Amino acid sequence: MKIGIKINGKWHENDVEPRLLLVHYLRDVASLTGTHIGCESSLCGACTVLLNGDAVKSCTVLAVQADGAEVTTIEGLARDGNLHPLQQGFWEEHGLQCGFCTPGMIMSACQLLARNPHPSRGEIREGIEGNLCRCTGYQHIVKAVEWAAEHSGK
Amino acid sequence: MAAKLLGERIKRKEDPRLIQGRAHYVDDIKLVGMLHLAFVRSPYGHARLTAINTGAARNAPGVVAVFTGEDLKGRLGFVPCAVEMDGLKIPEHPCLAIGEVRYVGEPVAAVVATGRYLAADAAALVEVDYDMLPAVTSMEQALEKGSPLVHESLGDNLAFVAKIEGGDWKSVEADPSLKVIRQRMINQRLGPMAIETRGVIASYSPGEDTLTVWSSTQIPHLLKTHLAILNKMDESRCRVIAPEVGGAFGSKLNVYGEEGVACFASRQLGKPVKWIEGRRENLAGTIHGRDQIDDVEIYAKPDGTVVGLKCFILADLGAYHQFLTPGIPTLTAMMVLGCYNIKNVFVETKGVFTNKMATDAYRGAGRPEATYIIERAMDLVARELGMDPVDVRMKNFPAPGKDIVLPTGVNYDTANYQKTLKKVLKLSGYSKLRKEQVRLRKKGKLLGIGLSTYVEICAMGPSSRMPAGGWESGTVRVEPTGKVTVLTGASPHGQGEETSFAQIVAGELGIPYDDVTVFHGDTAQVPMGIGTFGSRATAVGGSAIYYAAQRIKKKMARIAAHKLEIKPGEVVFADGKLQSKDGSKSVAFTEIVTEAYYARQLPPGVEPGLSELYVFEPPNFTYPFGAHVAVTEIDAQTGEVSLRNYFAVDDCGRILNPMLVDGQVHGGLAQGIGQALWEELIYDENGQLLTGTLMDYAMPRARQFPWFETANTETRTPVNPLGVKGVGEAGTIGSTPALVNSVVDAMSAFGVRHIDMPLKPEKIWVHLKQGAMPGRDAA
Repeated sequence: MKIGIKINGKWHENDVEPRLLLVHYLRDVASLTGTHIGCESSLCGACTVLLNGDAVKSCTVLAVQADGAEVTTIEGLARDGNLHPLQQGFWEEHGLQCGFCTPGMIMSACQLLARNPHPSRGEIREGIEGNLCRCTGYQHIVKAVEWAAEHSGK
Repeated sequence: MAAKLLGERIKRKEDPRLIQGRAHYVDDIKLVGMLHLAFVRSPYGHARLTAINTGAARNAPGVVAVFTGEDLKGRLGFVPCAVEMDGLKIPEHPCLAIGEVRYVGEPVAAVVATGRYLAADAAALVEVDYDMLPAVTSMEQALEKGSPLVHESLGDNLAFVAKIEGGDWKSVEADPSLKVIRQRMINQRLGPMAIETRGVIASYSPGEDTLTVWSSTQIPHLLKTHLAILNKMDESRCRVIAPEVGGAFGSKLNVYGEEGVACFASRQLGKPVKWIEGRRENLAGTIHGRDQIDDVEIYAKPDGTVVGLKCFILADLGAYHQFLTPGIPTLTAMMVLGCYNIKNVFVETKGVFTNKMATDAYRGAGRPEATYIIERAMDLVARELGMDPVDVRMKNFPAPGKDIVLPTGVNYDTANYQKTLKKVLKLSGYSKLRKEQVRLRKKGKLLGIGLSTYVEICAMGPSSRMPAGGWESGTVRVEPTGKVTVLTGASPHGQGEETSFAQIVAGELGIPYDDVTVFHGDTAQVPMGIGTFGSRATAVGGSAIYYAAQRIKKKMARIAAHKLEIKPGEVVFADGKLQSKDGSKSVAFTEIVTEAYYARQLPPGVEPGLSELYVFEPPNFTYPFGAHVAVTEIDAQTGEVSLRNYFAVDDCGRILNPMLVDGQVHGGLAQGIGQALWEELIYDENGQLLTGTLMDYAMPRARQFPWFETANTETRTPVNPLGVKGVGEAGTIGSTPALVNSVVDAMSAFGVRHIDMPLKPEKIWVHLKQGAMPGRDAA
């Protein structure tokens, strides 16, 4: 099937198998490997991207379902060489160790801050509920999102 | 100088690539003509393979080859086990099953196709006929006469028996004044659950006869050696690269059959072959952790002095040995006395084969089990004697000091257990908590306060006590431009050593931190190495780097002294200069580097160039320690446990970067708390894995944790020049007994002495329903 998807502001058109998962489209067709796969069952959240502004797990979305949509991945967050506040926050607050869950974690946090620019610590924990991290124990991720909330829009 | 950078909170060098999605994990690497591998796995715990029909799979679209165990026979070696022990039974462990399958998830056939989806499609077309055999999944049943045998040729399911005995048991057992407390404790089976599953690319070049392997591994050098042996290749022609590794926790400290098969397929086909593990495969076929039944006997004087401990360990090894499988429970035996001055010890460890996936090193690897045993035991003593758990611990700590020899045969480097305990009591407001507990109990509310004072064995070395080398290599090379390349044989994967090792070298050489770059993981770049595990990377690998930097300094000082006409011993490295002690004479760091490479005016006997390798062999392990307090609330209606506070004081020796230490502690705590409260891999009696997906295996999420309150003390070790002990496993090791002690403390009002992990609501609810009202013995 022919599909067109705008990824990080750039239009992509391809002929794909109907069963192709969006995450494999992003990684293998569009060569954007920043989005990771941790479980292929939408439980770990490593593959989270923004689909028309909503955080979705791209391992359980078909590429054809994203036809005509706008997708933002981790590669699309930094602007003009400047890190997104969430990326900066994760760096400042040691919000990552192995880094594998990080792109999905940051994309979920993007949605959280878009909906609630100044979340409490409890709300941050709820906001990243769909994303698993095995390294950090989450506390520094919470601090990273707090850092981003404090430094956004400045 | 060194002191300026070491100990500072410095942001990680690793992060810019990771936070922008620009790093490369195995699955992010694509090679021209790359083929994809998928495995057919056993759905049964124990069965005879009667026929494998690969015809339909071979004819499926895109399929290039299908292999079974028979195809590999004699052409690909067995999965290796590095452990040597007296009387240890090591069954043959083929990369693809031959004749029989012995656990759910065991690889039976391998399909290679031009695409990932096509390989998976074709794998589903492989027809395997199984004749079911009786399985055994209970260790106690496995040891009974007449039990089904996991390996018929071995005659029984007992892989090994090991004993440690010390002290004078005759007089202990003859002393009628001693209280003897017995308790069975179960340490359940866990999944390491790195978010990146395993993955490998094997790329064989027929022309050059070279094999390059990218693997998500903690041990690239050891893997290179073993893949060369498996494939019967010259090791010189093999190269292993650990690219970015997305978490491991011990599960990638191994040589797996799938890695062997990928290499075999690539050599057969002359093309790169990639395999990426699925999450269900990960739960069934990547090593598991823990799984012990521990029967403990504690002998205590009425005043709380513990004089002896006996422990009978049953360790479930699973169906085959992986790399370190039988060695893990022996670490439990070594550390079972914890941080106490207990004179008499007896430990019998039995390793048992069952129809399950192999257990092996999972964060802590044998030491969380030891800590759990001894820390639960100390609480049982306190309970039996009506003492506060703090007092029992203080009574049995050795005096702070060095070189503490235990009857288990270990020798603690430095210790000050009183200090960490006192600090955590203050941090947690322990005495206030006790008062609050009494107040709440009167209202029928259940608050638990649990303590754990742990000591762990870390910084894995020396080689004499290790199965495959306990040293680590470090190379420091000053490039002709003055930039510094550091190569470490440790293969970090999230711990942050690209940052902390740069701190060490920049500090030593007196140059900017940004001028130092640390590389690891590629056996063609790093000359030799062991890997990252057992909290060893900084203590052993960092020390190698430190000494390599000393060699560089010695050489540069000679060149500078020659130039400045002073003695080499008078040269000081600071602010990008080499100068005399009084600062009156100086020369730029880069000028000496240029001289080292241009080699026009080198002092006599000095070789050109500036590259030094050092291989550090530690004289002893290190023994980090700490004290934790867990505060839990129990829902009196449902039995649900909520962790209200967690306080951790850890002593990992000298701290090089407090931010990294905090991160390691937090991550470890989450895994230990996960074990105590939620996580459990369950097999049924047929060997079926009931918790084979993330729907069933309770990986903890962010909202399940309270804010961790952490602090440190710094008791340096004399074992290495940096004074660091290691911190990677501390949180995991210290936390399970703190949690269980806390919940048992809360439930003591109901007469509860012990509850096994994970502390699921139903286990607690049973006691709530059957026990006395909480108010009754509150006073």
